[in-house]
Amino acid sequence: MRNSRVKVNGLFFVLISVFFYSGLSAEEPLIPNPEDTTKICIPRPPTNVLATDAVYDKGNVVNLNWVPSPDDNGDGKILQYQILRRLENDSVFALIDSVIAGTAFYKDETVESGQTYQYMVVAICDGGSGPSEPSPPVTPDMEWLNFALSNIFVIGLLICGSVIYFIGKAKSGRPLFIRKIAGLEAVDEAIGRATEMGRPILYVPGIQDMDDVQTIAGLTILGRVARVVADYDTKIKVPVSRSLVMTASRETLKAAYMAAGRPDAFNENMAQYITDEQFGYVAAVDGMIIRERPATTFFLGAFFAESLILAETGNSIGAIQIGGTANPAQLPFFVAACDFTLIGEELFAASAYLSGEPRQLGSLKGQDVGKALAMIAIVLGAITTTIGQAWNFEFISAIADLLNSLFRTN
Amino acid sequence: MEQQIGLWVGAFLTMGIISFLYKDNPWYKLTEAIFVGISAGYWFVALFWDNIVGKFWIGVFDRGDYYLLVGAVLGLLMLMRLAPKIGWISRWPLSFVVGAISGFYLLNYFSSNVMLQVQSTIMPLFSPQFNDPLFTSSAGNIISNLFIAGGTFTGLVYFFFSKEHKGAFGGAAKIGIWVIMITFGASFGYTVMSRMSLLIGRMYFIFGEWLNLIG
Repeated sequence: MRNSRVKVNGLFFVLISVFFYSGLSAEEPLIPNPEDTTKICIPRPPTNVLATDAVYDKGNVVNLNWVPSPDDNGDGKILQYQILRRLENDSVFALIDSVIAGTAFYKDETVESGQTYQYMVVAICDGGSGPSEPSPPVTPDMEWLNFALSNIFVIGLLICGSVIYFIGKAKSGRPLFIRKIAGLEAVDEAIGRATEMGRPILYVPGIQDMDDVQTIAGLTILGRVARVVADYDTKIKVPVSRSLVMTASRETLKAAYMAAGRPDAFNENMAQYITDEQFGYVAAVDGMIIRERPATTFFLGAFFAESLILAETGNSIGAIQIGGTANPAQLPFFVAACDFTLIGEELFAASAYLSGEPRQLGSLKGQDVGKALAMIAIVLGAITTTIGQAWNFEFISAIADLLNSLFRTN
Repeated sequence: MEQQIGLWVGAFLTMGIISFLYKDNPWYKLTEAIFVGISAGYWFVALFWDNIVGKFWIGVFDRGDYYLLVGAVLGLLMLMRLAPKIGWISRWPLSFVVGAISGFYLLNYFSSNVMLQVQSTIMPLFSPQFNDPLFTSSAGNIISNLFIAGGTFTGLVYFFFSKEHKGAFGGAAKIGIWVIMITFGASFGYTVMSRMSLLIGRMYFIFGEWLNLIG
């Protein structure tokens, strides 16, 4: 039985061998003919390899262009192009990347500013390669000015110019109108309530450091609140979660007490550092709210997940609460749990409104010029884009394109 | 064994924090003090190794980045407040930080919060498709585009401080605050759901990992 199976397998092997041998001998020689170029792939190389320094970058990008190999005609012969690079003084090119056939551009984002590079592009096919001539040397560099963003400069200049103009106007004593901000009208009332009840005021300037504009806005309002607190001789507590904010808060409080003519009432412990840890800070402030039962709480600054925990705890003891942040995800919680909320830019407008200080008022008015520009652009842009696209009016489309390019950011 | 101790300490502290829902109590106070103390100590050590050793010491003495000395001098000036007579010097580094950061972020905020917002709102009200006849736009598409452009415009009207909210301007501002509140409502629901997942995580820790009541 075993012998018969060996015989059958042996016969099968012989038949298969004969079949394949006969097939190969008819179609493809076992030893290729050196003159038959269809069998040995040597592609013609890419030409005109040109490396240029990318404009308006940090000096870390080189753009590489080339004319593809004449053999790269979509028939699949060219598999890819290999990108080789060397520093000008090096003798050897090193492979840095590869791109698919049909490509004639490569963006090298791994270069260092000030170094000089040369590139070579190699066309690769199955079993062979065609290297190009080395490109002329290129030295990537950073540009000092990005003229592609000159539109931002122009609009920025317009708004900053308006700010300077209105600051000058405010300084000259001419009155500048600012509409009432509901949350701020309640500040004096809230401080008065704490005074009447003989209970402290809790002021939280957010949980971010001094590198956040919301913290700066929160501390500016603290200055005004502290001034009234000093006048009324009410207690104020400012727990903070950053050491720099503690220093800035103490300076703000000190300046406010000095301005109120009560430097003796100032105490450094009014502003206390708790911890940088977000929820450790929240646990401590929650405990403070429950134990000291402030009559008024201010949450003005940058807040995150702790916003509702703090505001809800303050709400549970019946404190008058004024919240404000520019963080859109946290505003709903302040709206739900606080008596008054400063929404987004109202937080920044608040300090100008409260202080009446010419520089801040002028700045607020200047920003309003920016908002007016934005409103005009939105209305005009939406109308011209709609008409231009629906009825193909070239002139109207040109206006829409102009508006679009005026506000582009790249 | 160590894992078991960690599990029990974690459960004890979690329950301590949750006990605040009933009322302020010694258990919560103990947990709060541990949390604040450990985290403050942790951040002190982390910032020391990250900033003073990792950035300043290695930067200056290993890499030769001497410009970091400017930061070190500003940091030292902050300590001047410990000496009452020259304490006023500590305001300089603070002014530097506030001024430099405000300037640094001005461009970022301006391009992302102003320019990009306006550019994204300049859109066709009836059809987002190029050369698409007016009549073929779907009702949903028209409403969506009108809502984006109109909502942004009226929202800006609400935040315009130089004019009293009266008459047509006041009406637009009212629509603006409605749009803002609808957005807040959606955001509220979304965030509450994400907080629920945090609560579920803690409950899983107590009933699953600690008490082994759920698999």
